[in-house]
Amino acid sequence: MEKSAMKNRVVVTGLGMVSPVGNDVETSWQAVLAGQSGAAQIDAFETEGLATTFAASVKNFDVETYMSKKEARKFDSFIQYGIAASVQAIQDSEIEITDENAHRVGVCIASGLGGMQTIENNHNQLLQRGPRRVSPFLIPGSIINMVAGQLSIMYGMKGPNISIVTACTTGVHNIGHAARMIAYGDADVMVAGGAEMATTPLVIAGFASAKALSTRNDAPELASRPWDRDRDGFVLGDGAGVVVLESLESATARGANIYAELTGFGMSGDAYHMTSPPNNGEGAAAAMQNALNDGQISPAQVQYINAHGTSTPTGDIAETEAVKSIFGDDAKSVKVSSTKSMTGHLLGAAGSVEAIFSLLALRDQVAPPTINLDNPDEGCDLNYVPHTAQETAIDNVLCNSFGFGGTNGSLLFSKFEK
Amino acid sequence: MSTIEDRVKKIVVEQLGVNEEQVTMEASFVDDLGADSLDTVELVMLLEEEFDTEIPDDEAEKINTVQAAVDYIKANVEGA
Repeated sequence: MEKSAMKNRVVVTGLGMVSPVGNDVETSWQAVLAGQSGAAQIDAFETEGLATTFAASVKNFDVETYMSKKEARKFDSFIQYGIAASVQAIQDSEIEITDENAHRVGVCIASGLGGMQTIENNHNQLLQRGPRRVSPFLIPGSIINMVAGQLSIMYGMKGPNISIVTACTTGVHNIGHAARMIAYGDADVMVAGGAEMATTPLVIAGFASAKALSTRNDAPELASRPWDRDRDGFVLGDGAGVVVLESLESATARGANIYAELTGFGMSGDAYHMTSPPNNGEGAAAAMQNALNDGQISPAQVQYINAHGTSTPTGDIAETEAVKSIFGDDAKSVKVSSTKSMTGHLLGAAGSVEAIFSLLALRDQVAPPTINLDNPDEGCDLNYVPHTAQETAIDNVLCNSFGFGGTNGSLLFSKFEK
Repeated sequence: MSTIEDRVKKIVVEQLGVNEEQVTMEASFVDDLGADSLDTVELVMLLEEEFDTEIPDDEAEKINTVQAAVDYIKANVEGA
């Protein structure tokens, strides 16, 4: 084979997660299959005056399982969540980083917004007590690439170390590009995903001003309702999702458990508007089509799509149109659900958390539900797996993410066959 | 009321995540207690807070041990 035509196959060998519905993968997955919402009133700070007073926060997270209290204090919560999910994924994969393989193991993890809580706290110090009270850890403890940086320090990973920032598509893009690095031969193993902790006063105020958030303050668990007639915006969520990607050669050589093969990755740009997609979902469709082309899989071979499905009025329609344009007659048979109906929208972590749910859907042959979908909106007529999970044969899954700026990504995972 | 020594040691124990027994008067923050350059900056900030004072940077650089911190505070902070 010509050298330029060589492309390593990429498989998934480890999963890790911290989410609003559980602080590990299996707890989160069981909660999602059971249709449990992670949204609740915010009690971490005073919400008076904010249009939205609830979020899907992480609960009872014990950082000392993953790092010492002394270390943890230096890092914004998004970094702590990212490290926690990464440690879980690395343990799950049973990979060992040694002097021999260190240069072939890399990290590709980012966040949509970074350490907002740390930035806000230090800005308060600056205003109230002056510049001498700004922490020396403000910058290193809040920058978006510090999950990747700190993880490489903890494990001695000397391969590619990078963070790709694309708003709500961050998780998908980091996993997709990490796979490309393995396919291209830059690394044999990549730890990849996204982390976010953006339920802060400033971020909620900002999204609220943009009219992006649900204001269903009297019933947070009912607020995230993708494709439902009465949806009124997304619910902000926190957490992290991280996967271990590996070349098939490396995974086979060490006898690793393989969840699935990452067969396709597609990207596109809307070139349309800062925060809204075009009604016909053209960019979303292009991302899905590119992923299918990359994997040489036809739409008819895809049984489940983990949708971006944020519960915003325009986004849900556009994605539905996109699915119809790609799947044609098969659009009615493919199952399309939004796990954001339960986890809320984890911004830069959304795509990676949902990639993990997609992988587990493939493993367990079950499509997780879209909860709160009581009255599908006009034009929303796909099988959104309303209310309860549906057992079904699944060979291939798509996982979509779309972000502010008009940045789209889609991952294609396939049942692993030698 | 706690002595200056006790107050400084308490901050060092909490900030650097070390055991009380390790924090002798002569222990170097960097060489013996595992602090890095950022830790020492934050340590000085916490000392400023605890003793309600402002330590100039050129003086802060010399505060490398509990003894040095105590000496500085005794010499420069009234009523400490």
